Order: sequence, then structure tokens, then C-alpha cells
Amino acid sequence: MARSVTSQRKLINTGLAWLIGLIIFFPILWTILTSFKTEAQAINDPPIFLFFDWTLENYAIVQERSNYMRFLWNSVIIAGVSTLLGVMIAVPAAWSMAFVPSKRTKDILLWMLSTKMLPAVGVLYPIYLIFIELGILDTRVGLIVVLMLVNLPIIVWMLYTYFKEIPGEILEAARMDGASLRSEILYVLTPMSVPGIASTLLLNFILAWNEAFWTLNLTAANAAPLTAFIASYSSPEGLFYAKLSAASTMAIAPILILGWFSQKQLVRGLTFGAVK
Amino acid sequence: MATKASRSAARVMMAPAVILLLGWMLVPLALTLFFSFKKYLPLRGDKWQNGLEWVGFENYSRFLSSSSFWPAVTTTLIIVLGVLIITVCLGVLLALLLDQPMWGQGVVRILVIAPFFVMPTVSALVWKNMFMDPTNGLFAHLWRFFGAEPVAWLSEASLPSIVIIVSWQWLPFATLILLTAIQSLDSEQLEAAEMDGAPALKRFAYIILPHLGRAITIVILIQTIFLLSIFAEIFVTTGGAFGSRTLTYLIFQRVLESQNIGLGSAGGVYAIILANIVAIFLMRIVGKNLDT
Repeated sequence: MARSVTSQRKLINTGLAWLIGLIIFFPILWTILTSFKTEAQAINDPPIFLFFDWTLENYAIVQERSNYMRFLWNSVIIAGVSTLLGVMIAVPAAWSMAFVPSKRTKDILLWMLSTKMLPAVGVLYPIYLIFIELGILDTRVGLIVVLMLVNLPIIVWMLYTYFKEIPGEILEAARMDGASLRSEILYVLTPMSVPGIASTLLLNFILAWNEAFWTLNLTAANAAPLTAFIASYSSPEGLFYAKLSAASTMAIAPILILGWFSQKQLVRGLTFGAVK
Repeated sequence: MATKASRSAARVMMAPAVILLLGWMLVPLALTLFFSFKKYLPLRGDKWQNGLEWVGFENYSRFLSSSSFWPAVTTTLIIVLGVLIITVCLGVLLALLLDQPMWGQGVVRILVIAPFFVMPTVSALVWKNMFMDPTNGLFAHLWRFFGAEPVAWLSEASLPSIVIIVSWQWLPFATLILLTAIQSLDSEQLEAAEMDGAPALKRFAYIILPHLGRAITIVILIQTIFLLSIFAEIFVTTGGAFGSRTLTYLIFQRVLESQNIGLGSAGGVYAIILANIVAIFLMRIVGKNLDT
């Protein structure tokens, strides 16, 4: 028997939940709204919520003045390539741990997780020094490598938990039918693991896009992604609310949209399978 | 059943990931340890190529005895504990609410989760300027509307302000995980209790809360690890001023701003030890989960 719910109670739940949801979402909403105001309206007291002269000029100004497209492109390349590389390296590893487990598999998985727990600031200078010596400070290559390594444990773990759910009998059957290892991976495993790989790509792209320790410390003018570009607005000359809002909206909009698709994978990915 | 051939194939396939992570862990860690025992001031002409002076544990004791160490520890604790208390308590309440039947549940979920996807520099900057600015911020407007003197949030109340910003970012994470855990609760047990006349508060205390115990532990451990190393939120809002310098930020300043690599590295070793203490507990839970 389902719990009987009076429609009055449902109404109260709905009202309360929407109110809280809107309060939590408000800073984002306010940022988006402000991005369409003029600078004068953006700081008007009392604040104007909806009835202002909607304008797109902030977006135009941000793009013209700050070379916005280059920062955006850096973000896309750094987050995209580091995630793709990470998945390419992690798929074979996760595959072998899920389907050919040995006594040490658990230890290896936990050890990989432990590298994720290493506080970045503890190894900041060595990485900085290595980057200078290799000449990759403030380059996209350098950040791609670092972000790939930072997210590799999460990628391996996510893929491992997805692969674990593929029934082993299917692989047995394929092997019985004489499928080689290569065709087993190519024709049996890959189609079954596409959803898992896709959500791994998605979540890790988001994590890489928003990463704000290495991107701030290892870039200057050339390779700076959107995280660093936005941080440059904290200097006093950049204190224009409408333009700040336009730049922020452009930086978070693509990820908000991707994020809504990945909310289910978020739990699995960030708790390392401990909560499903 | 695994054959010998597939075993060695498995080893080969694992090798790239293992070797890369091993290098990523060991090389910087070894360098940090090495520098922590050295006097290394690049701005005063020290070069690692010329060899560095060995100073034993001097950096370690100087890091602990410096006047900024204990304030940094206190600041770190206040931020981590403050955010944990807020996100876990509100997270439990919000998860309970979102689990109830309602109209438009999917949309509300999206609204609640959204802050998690906002990049840290954006949320820090938006909060700092558009909400907490003492002249043009929304809070200042609100305060003036009620005839109160606007608060200069980030200079007069820097820690509460940072706790608010970071809690806003992490509340979605806590809520989402706790909601997932609540939804896995066997509803028959709750119905039985309800029919036996157990009041809502008792149902929560004796059935829901114990069931959530593990999820809450995981939320606390994972958040602690990430919160210990928050950086962008402080970098953008106060730059470590007004008593908001955490341990992570102090090490960052020693290493990159004042370029005292030896001292900063010793601090880094402390940070690594601290994070590992938390990590051990988390790994134990995750490890147990692997066996089942």
C-alpha cells in the first residue's frame, strides 16, 4: 500500500520545496538577469528584478574587450582533451580490473583513490618547477596533462563500477563462441559500456572545466581557461556588475546544461561507488 | 575464468594508468620532501642546480612556530566545520523534503543541484560583488531597506562570508547523496511504523537517521578532503586577508608569493599528513563496499 497523501500536504510540500529551490538557485538567476541590464540598472537601489531595458550589449563588450573566445577555447581544449586522454588510459585498466580481477585489484583501486586525496598545495612547487624546467608553464599541454592525472582516479573508478555491472556470463559466452580478446572488447563490451563511458566523459569534463587550483596557478596569459579569466575580474578595474555577470553567465551556462544531464552519475562518480 | 594469457594481458592494460599515477604521486612527493629539508629561496639566488643547504627539521619547526600557523589552523577548522555542519544539517532536511511527493519534483531538483556546477571562481566573484559588496551588493540594499547599516561582509565578517559561499557550493552535493540514500530506504518499514502510530519525529530518529548514517559519514569525509584544500574561493574574495588565511592558502603564499620553498614544502608535508588522516577513514568505508 502506498502511503496515502492528502493533496493539502502535497500542496505544502510543493510550495516549500519550490521556495527553497528558488532561494538556492537565486544567485545564478540574479547573475543571468544582471547580465542583461545596463551598468546603471545593475547597481540600482532598490534592485530591479525584471522590468529593466533588456540589452545584449554586455555580451558584445565582454567578447570584444577581453578576447573571451580564446579563454573559452582554452577551457574547451583543456577540459576536453584531458578527459578524452584520461578515458583512453582508464578504459583498459578498468576493464582488466573488472573482468580479470586478481588479489591485488582492490589494493590497486584503493591506492589510485588515495592519489586523489593528495592535497594539491602539498605538491604545488614541485609541479611548478617541473613545468618551468620542461617549458610547459602556461601552456595548454601542461594543463591537459595535470588535469588528466588529477581526474584519472575518478575516471578509473567510475568505469570500474560501470564495468562491474556488466554480467560476466555474456563475456563467457562470447569467449566460448571463439571470440578473440580484441573482438570481445570491440563487439561485446564496447556497445554495452557506451552509457557508462558517456557519463564518465560528461562528469569528468565538468570537473576539469571547473578545476580552479592548477588552472589558476599554472597559467598566465596564454593558456588561461575561463576559471582564470573570471578570477581576473576580481581586480577593481573589472568591477562592472553587468559585464561581470555576462562573462560569468557565458562561463557557467554550458556546464549547467551538461550538469543537468549528469546529476545521476554525480553521486556514483564522486562517492567512488559507495553510494548508488 | 581468467586464463594465464588474459592475466598478462590485464597487467599490460593496467600498466599505463598505474605507471602514470605512480609517477604523479611519487615524483612531486619526493621533491616536496626533499625541499622541506633544504634552505631554498629562489629570490635570493638559491638554485637547485647548484645544490641546496641542508637544514634538517628547521623548516618544520619554523612552520609550526611562525605566528601565522595557529591562526591558519583555526581558520581552516572554522571553515571546514562550519560548512560541514550547514551542508549536512540542511542537506538532510532538504533531502527529506525532496523525497516527499510534490508537483514539479524534477525541476526543483535541478534548481537545488545547480550551484554545484558553477565554477568556484564565478561563485566566489558573484557572491563577493553582487551580494556581499557593502555599497552595491544585494545584501546592502536589503539592509538599507530595513534601515540597518550595511555590513562589509568580506572584511568585517570574512569567515562567515566564506562559509556561506562554500556551503552554497557544497549543499547540492550533500543533498543529492543523502536523497539517493533516502530513496534506497525500504518504505514498508516506514509504513509499518506509521501504522503503529509512531510520530514523524520518532520515525526520523529511529529509522531514517540510522539508515542515513553511512551516507552522512561519506558526505563528511569526502567534503572534508575537498574543503581542506579550498583555494579559489579565498583567492578571489579576500586573498587571504582579514583572518581568512587557511592552511592551504598559507602554504600557497609561502611557496609562490614569498618563494620560501623549504618552509612551504614543510607546510605541504603537514597538509599531506592531515589529509591522509581523513583519507584513511574514507578508504576503509569504500574498501568495505568493494567486498560486497
